Amino acid sequence: MRKRALLGALAVPVLAACSAIGAAPAPATTTAGGEITLVTHDSFALSDGILADFTKQTGYTVKVVQPGDAGTLVNQLVLTKDAPLGDVTFGVDNTFASRALDAGVLVPPSPALSAAAVKDGQQYRVPSDTTGALTPIDVGDVCVNVDHAWFTAHGVTEPKTLDDLTQPAYKNLFVTESPATSSPGFAFLLATISAKGDGWQAYWKALKDNGVKVDDGWENAWNVDYTAGGGNGQYPIVLSYSSSPVDTVPKGGTSPTTGALLDTCFRQVEYAGVLAGAKNPAGAAAFINFLLSDEVQNDIPGSMYMYPVSSSASVPDEWAKWAPLATSPRSVPAADIAAHRSEWLQQWSDVVLG
Amino acid sequence: MAAPLGPSAGGGHRSGRARVAGPDLGRYLGWGLAVAVPLVFLAVFFAWPVVVMVGRGFVTDGRLDLSAFADVFSRPRTWRIVGLTLAQASLGTVLSVLLGVPGAYLLYRCRFRGRGVLRAFVTVPFVLPTVVVGVAFRSLLAPGGLLSFLHLDGTFAAIVAALVFFNYGLVVRTVGGLWERLDPRAEQAARALGASPWRALGTVTLPALAPAIAGAASLTFLFCATAFGTVLVLGGLRFGTVETEIWIQTTQFLDLRAAAVLSVVQLVVVVAALWVAGRARSRNERALSLAAPVSSAHAPSILRRHIDSAGHRPRARVSTGARATGSKGPDDLRGLDRAATAVTAVTVTLLALPLVGLVVRSLRTPDGWGLANYAALSHPAGALPVSVWDATVTSLRVALDATTIALVVGGLVALVVSRRPRAVAARRAVAGLDAVFMLPLGVSAVTVGFGFLLVMDRPFGLAVDLRTSPLLVPVAQAVVAVPLVVRTVLPVLRAIDPRQRQVAATLGASPGRVLRTMDGPVALRAIGLAAGLAFAASLGEFGATSFLARPDRPTLPVLVYRLIGRPGPDTYGMALAASVVLALVTALVVALFERLPRAAGTVV
Repeated sequence: MRKRALLGALAVPVLAACSAIGAAPAPATTTAGGEITLVTHDSFALSDGILADFTKQTGYTVKVVQPGDAGTLVNQLVLTKDAPLGDVTFGVDNTFASRALDAGVLVPPSPALSAAAVKDGQQYRVPSDTTGALTPIDVGDVCVNVDHAWFTAHGVTEPKTLDDLTQPAYKNLFVTESPATSSPGFAFLLATISAKGDGWQAYWKALKDNGVKVDDGWENAWNVDYTAGGGNGQYPIVLSYSSSPVDTVPKGGTSPTTGALLDTCFRQVEYAGVLAGAKNPAGAAAFINFLLSDEVQNDIPGSMYMYPVSSSASVPDEWAKWAPLATSPRSVPAADIAAHRSEWLQQWSDVVLG
Repeated sequence: MAAPLGPSAGGGHRSGRARVAGPDLGRYLGWGLAVAVPLVFLAVFFAWPVVVMVGRGFVTDGRLDLSAFADVFSRPRTWRIVGLTLAQASLGTVLSVLLGVPGAYLLYRCRFRGRGVLRAFVTVPFVLPTVVVGVAFRSLLAPGGLLSFLHLDGTFAAIVAALVFFNYGLVVRTVGGLWERLDPRAEQAARALGASPWRALGTVTLPALAPAIAGAASLTFLFCATAFGTVLVLGGLRFGTVETEIWIQTTQFLDLRAAAVLSVVQLVVVVAALWVAGRARSRNERALSLAAPVSSAHAPSILRRHIDSAGHRPRARVSTGARATGSKGPDDLRGLDRAATAVTAVTVTLLALPLVGLVVRSLRTPDGWGLANYAALSHPAGALPVSVWDATVTSLRVALDATTIALVVGGLVALVVSRRPRAVAARRAVAGLDAVFMLPLGVSAVTVGFGFLLVMDRPFGLAVDLRTSPLLVPVAQAVVAVPLVVRTVLPVLRAIDPRQRQVAATLGASPGRVLRTMDGPVALRAIGLAAGLAFAASLGEFGATSFLARPDRPTLPVLVYRLIGRPGPDTYGMALAASVVLALVTALVVALFERLPRAAGTVV
């Protein structure tokens, strides 16, 4: 009674609400075997209809949960180990693999995977993953990119190597991303650690002295600061992906106006795995097989900007032409990354942000 | 809560001994419920997850371990980020209030053509995704941008400017909500006695508005202190705050010990800020004489001639006779109006710059200028699961649910807190209740979001995994919207003279009837404003939502965030186009909510 005045005031929105709460699908009550939950990062995407095909082929429906970037994903998996968020995960990469493996949040697929592409991915497995809990699904290279058009217009020779970036000719021309807030940024830090060993801090000091600009994330660097990113950027050298040049083919043009420096690349590998304590481990294994099928592997470049691991899958023509993977990319063992991540980031902050 | 909170003295006056117990019991029950419902809501959907998450950081091998405090506080970086957080939030708040109060005057105290549009416009920044605004700001400030000559790119000043950009509308609305209802006669009396308009403003009007200003300032401080995307995009880690540090420690390092300590630090800062604001409020909060909004508005003097000829003013004169001070009235306000108009014009222009930049770039496509980015919104973008229109519908539905929850919970809180019980303990309890419901704005979305993951799996033995359920999204947004509702409705409710209620009760009105006839009509108008603000907050909420939103039904800000992070020649343009859609939808809905009570004929 005493609340009637307030309730009256509330009636309008309540009536208008046609309650989304009421309309929300009822929580899954289907029995095991019917539904699987995929926990993945927020870059996960597949073309329309592909998940529906999985349901057609196997009878499993897929519920997708995307809590954040790869770091957020792994940390949430670790925190919810005792009550997992789902059955299967995709998107743990080689920079976070050890954390997931050490925490024991993953178990080997059972039944064992039957997809033909499993053997193609063998070369990308994490060495310390003796049980095969992480199955490689796709790979990609984080590389320094250059704007050909800018260098031609300014009559400057393009850089080729990591060392070139510290040369006076390239002063104030390079924009990269912070390894503490950006996964390509962290990959590039690893590339420098792999290339320079103990001298990596001196290298970053030289980069800093040469006017490197550090943005928080890729979208900021590409859209605001890169000369070829569509804005009014002033930096013709940017940290991006080996596939990025494909996006700079002008309308009606035949070749991209930018290129990736393949000597500067770090190889990223993305894995799928069955979550320990999954309600539907068989469905989870079926989904990993599906991720390795040609249907998904062929879709990966267009949807997720990564390269398929399967040798029977093909990449789009323009990728083959303008976005090859590096022939000898840099890498750092997953166990080293897990052991030193905080320390390296701390040292990097001290040198660069100082 | 043991004591009845109503203006209780008149409780037993009605005749008939047998009836006394009934209404009293009813009143106890009623107020008990009014306190219990919001408290349970807050406890389950805020306190529980936060306590569990922070607790994780302080428990090692099953034992309490507080050594993390020493570790974290021995790092020089910790002190630096605490200092930066305080500096950023204080400066952002002071500037927002200094600019926002003149804005509230112009938009809620003056009448002119286009006022409705302008009111809706200033709310827009409040809901825009921070990453989009960050990039829009940088596009202006970075070398090559329109404002590059200011050399603000990557500076502390740029971050503060962005914080003001986001929160200006919040101050305008919160302060304007009370100001438009403030009876002008006290001010007019002061002026009739010879006070200049500025003096009347300083000695009569501003003190009367102090509760709303303090409320707006505390909201703004909380938003600024927990700003995340803005700080990172504009300043990177160089200007890290407690909030960005919690995010990094939790999502990247999984260093829960450090994150827990920082969460405690954040809580201390927030509670201190609330305490200061609470003192400022309670010193000044008192019964005010309120009037219908229309009676107190006047055309700003620089526009007066035009408005006069359009015949708008006589209506105001007829409705209350408030202009009885006659010729000395409006013209005298010229200086005040000019100052407010000038400040607001400059502010609104500055607000518009990044927005215009955003719109312009949303029209740029790989093929030149055009609407291609907007055309692309109607089908699933790239490989994203839904189109922007679908996400808009999802956002609207979620926001409606969140607004409903926030109005019920926040309305109850405001109602309880608006009462002034006699007992000191009860009075303190009421003040505490008020502060507690502000906390969700001051605690990191990461802490809340991760906390949900830890506690919402089959909560209370329910057979539902709420963590991945769409049910939790509007609830999480409502938690953030409740303080906005409280801060908008409360100053108006508190301004009602309790003696009016007592008189009504003495004359035989039941407590319910007092509520209905005294509080209800006044609250209705404020609730229109509060609903608009809550709706906007929910539409723009990204932090907690991003941890919960199911990708098959992402909200618009979540979709924008995913779009902007995707490589590809078209996706950035689409992200901007989608942001423009978000801005337009917000402006429309906010304008609509403001008209609702009026349309329903409920204006007092």
